[in-house]
Amino acid sequence: MEIPKSFLGYKRENGRAGTRNHVIILPVDDISNACAEAVANNIKGTIALPHSYGRLQFGADLELHFRTMIGTGCNPNVAAVIVIGIEPKWTKKIVDGIAKTGKPVEGFHIERTGDIGTTMKASKKAQEFVMWASEKQREECPLSDLWISVKCGESDTTSGLAANPTVGNLMDKLEPLGVHLCFGETSELTGAEQVCATRGATKEASDKFMKTWGSYNDFILKEATDDLSESQPTAGNIAGGLTTIEEKAFGNFQKIGNCKFIDVLEPAEEPTKGKGLYFMDTSSAAAECVTLQAAAGFNIHLFPTGQGNIVGNPIEPVVKLTANPLTVKGMGEHIDCDVSKILSREMNLSEAGDELIKTTLRVANGRLTCAEALGHREFVMTKLYRSA
Amino acid sequence: MATDIIIHDKKDNVGVVVIEKITPKQDCACWIMEDDSSTNIQSVDEIPLGHKIAMVDLKEGDTILKYGHDIGKVVKSIKKGEHVHVHNVKTKKW
Repeated sequence: MEIPKSFLGYKRENGRAGTRNHVIILPVDDISNACAEAVANNIKGTIALPHSYGRLQFGADLELHFRTMIGTGCNPNVAAVIVIGIEPKWTKKIVDGIAKTGKPVEGFHIERTGDIGTTMKASKKAQEFVMWASEKQREECPLSDLWISVKCGESDTTSGLAANPTVGNLMDKLEPLGVHLCFGETSELTGAEQVCATRGATKEASDKFMKTWGSYNDFILKEATDDLSESQPTAGNIAGGLTTIEEKAFGNFQKIGNCKFIDVLEPAEEPTKGKGLYFMDTSSAAAECVTLQAAAGFNIHLFPTGQGNIVGNPIEPVVKLTANPLTVKGMGEHIDCDVSKILSREMNLSEAGDELIKTTLRVANGRLTCAEALGHREFVMTKLYRSA
Repeated sequence: MATDIIIHDKKDNVGVVVIEKITPKQDCACWIMEDDSSTNIQSVDEIPLGHKIAMVDLKEGDTILKYGHDIGKVVKSIKKGEHVHVHNVKTKKW
């Protein structure tokens, strides 16, 4: 198949391109959710991103909070941002971080004004932003403007046999065309970590990966009260035939095809070494991982599933594929790309990779994903430890 | 001929059922992905889609190989053709 050289995206002020054109209402903290949701309810076409944190965090955990908030606002799928927090200082810090992209952003704090007054002021600005954004047109953008993140979920053995290798096949075909790629799920590479480390493009990248994995594994061993057989693999994984974390890890790892990763990113860290594949230190929980990848600037997500994970994200479209025929049959409304014919050998991996490329480009051009049509907007902040 | 079981790598001692289920004493056609070769096995247990079958006799302490790699240890001996899962295999990690 000849791979198209471009897609239709929204060109942003900083040179990036978006596959979506969202105006978001971003609460800085948990207690500002109500106001943010009121604004999104007032002004049609905007989305509020409620979450559970943002108060009394400190150290690396606070840094991650800001990186996720600012990165979400900076994502090229976002046209403009309203930031609402309880206090002025942290609100402003997030506004200033997003403003560096050149996109419209304005902050509002609730203290001394209250929810109702803040909702009114923020709603007026949100209306202005959404009407401005509605005139933005899709334009031809080079394929290299695609930043593709990947994460698998509710995996079973069909994931490792077919759905994940299909993503790997797409990576092998698109990496030479200059796209950015990202995989994560640190804990879910356990058992395959040595093999994964050999896929670093440099010794530095390999060493950084082993250090990151080692630190996550130490944390799990410290907190574990059993062999994690209730958590990793999950009950869904086990029902689907996966027996151990090692088996899950080797299946997971199929997603990167033959690509080598050029760098290891902190959670929500924007890649800065140019095109190619990156590994990001993330949880293996779907919504947490996708939220971090979106905050790092990735503008389209590929999500292979076995038993049928249904996750979505408010700003980064999540394309789902499965090779499990029972999942296609039972919950087809969640599946954007069916590659189950690989199991019956009516489709080979390269054909499946081509199908996934076609689906990915249709979604990049504006076709809604199943998760978008069904209203899945899981926005889940990663928290490193308790607040002060 | 239709494929009932797919095996990732020649070194693997387990295969994955890729039809809705296999029944006891079924003669199953296996496809080895790595070198596109074929083999056969007779099942002992009923095994559902996505679950593993032992391609050889395995004893306690043996290593399960899938993708050509170590994916865990046998904790209860397994006969060729039997179901391989959490009741007879455990992680070596955690």
